[in-house]
Amino acid sequence: MELIEAIILAVLAASTPLLIAATGELVTERSGVLNLGVEGMMIVGAACGFAGAWLTGSIFIGALFGIVAGMLMSLVFALMALGLAVNQVATGLALTILGIGLSGLIGAGFVGERIAPAVHLSIPGLTDIPLIGRVLFGEDAFVYFSLALIISVWWFLYRTRPGLILRACGDNHVSAHALGYPVLRIRTFAVMFGGACAGLAGAYLPLAYTPFFIPGMTAGRGWIALALVVFSSWRPGRLVVGAYLFGAVTILQLHAQGWGVGIPSQFMSALPYLATVIVLVLLSRARTGGSTAPAALGTVFVPDR
Amino acid sequence: MQLVLEKRAERSNTIALVSPLVAIGLTIATMIILFAILGKNPLLALHAYFIAPLTDGYSLQEIAVKATPLVMIAIGLSLCYLANAWNIGAEGQFLIGAVAGSWIAVKTQGTDAGAWVLPTMLVLAAAAGALYALIPAICKVKFGASEILTSLMLVYVADLFLDYLVRGPWRDPHGFNFPTTAEFDPVATVPLLIEGGRLHLGSIIALLVVAAAAILLGRTIKGFEIRVVGAAPRAARFGGFNADQLVVLTFAISGALAGLAGIIEVAGPVGHLQPGISPGYGFTAIIVAFLGRLNPLGILIAGLLLALTFIGGEQAQIAMKIPLDVTKVFQGILLFYVLACDSFILYRFRLVFPNRQVARGTH
Repeated sequence: MELIEAIILAVLAASTPLLIAATGELVTERSGVLNLGVEGMMIVGAACGFAGAWLTGSIFIGALFGIVAGMLMSLVFALMALGLAVNQVATGLALTILGIGLSGLIGAGFVGERIAPAVHLSIPGLTDIPLIGRVLFGEDAFVYFSLALIISVWWFLYRTRPGLILRACGDNHVSAHALGYPVLRIRTFAVMFGGACAGLAGAYLPLAYTPFFIPGMTAGRGWIALALVVFSSWRPGRLVVGAYLFGAVTILQLHAQGWGVGIPSQFMSALPYLATVIVLVLLSRARTGGSTAPAALGTVFVPDR
Repeated sequence: MQLVLEKRAERSNTIALVSPLVAIGLTIATMIILFAILGKNPLLALHAYFIAPLTDGYSLQEIAVKATPLVMIAIGLSLCYLANAWNIGAEGQFLIGAVAGSWIAVKTQGTDAGAWVLPTMLVLAAAAGALYALIPAICKVKFGASEILTSLMLVYVADLFLDYLVRGPWRDPHGFNFPTTAEFDPVATVPLLIEGGRLHLGSIIALLVVAAAAILLGRTIKGFEIRVVGAAPRAARFGGFNADQLVVLTFAISGALAGLAGIIEVAGPVGHLQPGISPGYGFTAIIVAFLGRLNPLGILIAGLLLALTFIGGEQAQIAMKIPLDVTKVFQGILLFYVLACDSFILYRFRLVFPNRQVARGTH
């Protein structure tokens, strides 16, 4: 019983950074921009988030540092991919390479330091309910925030006019431009939102997941978040399912290692990455009828005034 | 008044020529600021990075040694990128090549196996790298799965597989429990070009690869097809070129080259298989490919330049305690500037005065 509760808690914790980062990228991609730099923005968010929390002693300020750092990184991307019409794939890769270097530089002074991790909610009575108490009422703020975030994004994309306009930019930037919408400005905001989310997702790792910073601690989560957006067919609801599924794979392989199932630990550690490949293949295959991706995704747009 | 981007009537060859130089200049300017922020003397730091490694023979050889894998991988990647196929998993193909080649070295260890060992290792490594690269290529052409994500995921898988081998079945029994294979036998080692030096046969192979790529792209129909499919997909379709086939082909070539680079690194400068054999060669090679403008000769020059930053970074760390991550920042910034400057080959900025423009009626 306690083991099941522990596993569910661990799955939620492992899924949350994936969900936050993927939510941001979903909005970015829905506006027609493919930002492959999620990993880079996340890792800088992790370093800056830890630095902020360590310097001020506040997890909240640490999270803000992460958000701002991710946003600044995404602005570099926007300047290149939107301002200078550079190939988005190459720019995203550059952002990741730069981010890994920058985070090492920023975080170097903080390796080995520890902070008090984000506190978990505690409501006397409710949190003590067996099995579901801690799962529902005993999480850290990031977990609740990530769910509020994805619901807000769903509401924004499908129930508001700006959301409709953002999707229009992603599906046909020429038409959106002809209708008088500032495509590049809208896309810049979408990219910045993606950066803020990636930065926060990165900051989650040293602020709540493990209370210390190690270089390269994102370990490919940014790339998995990108895969999750494909997995979700660019729909917020499926994104939640996907993020928790991947969190579950990550945690189950950890537990399997602990139970000593006789499979070398490296093979179990490879599972989340292999699962990503397999899921991408299966989904892409099931979708032969027509792509659900935003039609203008990743294409360069230079308005002709 | 507003600054807008505008497509040029035709690509500017002047800018195509000077853009890498401008990018390097801007990068150095940015690095000066970064060094100043880190509290290091920028001039001394630049000297340590870019001049000091060029002044002694050992470092010069070391630059060639580091450039060897970078150039080989980048040549393969450039073919992919020209064909609009995004292989970013060269790091994984590099590791798998290293593993496959090492298999022969480990199995023949201590036996009287002859001169066939090294050639077999090289062939096997290239084949394994190619096969590993074919996974994302086939997932793309058969199922439409994004090759960017699948090729990258396989990097982590390859890394873990190598880790398993050197901690498990292939671990050197006399290695004090370190995760490494035993030192390869002399027949399983890439020969040195200068006795007692660092330069090895791999650098010659890299030069041959550059020449072969130049011939492939400049003198053959296949090379022409690769360039057309990437630059003008519609024209390629009318021409009857099979884009899927070219994706598979370019992925296979780049995988083979990355695999070959992997075993040359292991059987050459490193001498045994262990985790961390690559300081991110597969990713740095992406920068090399772009900085070299996807052109074989350009890649050779870019590879040497990036190798210089690796060596310079190590020397700057020793001499001035500048963190090694500065090298990665340098490489990332360089790629940004290269891409940004390249934008001006196709586009130019123009100041627009909205009101006056309407009055003049131009458009």
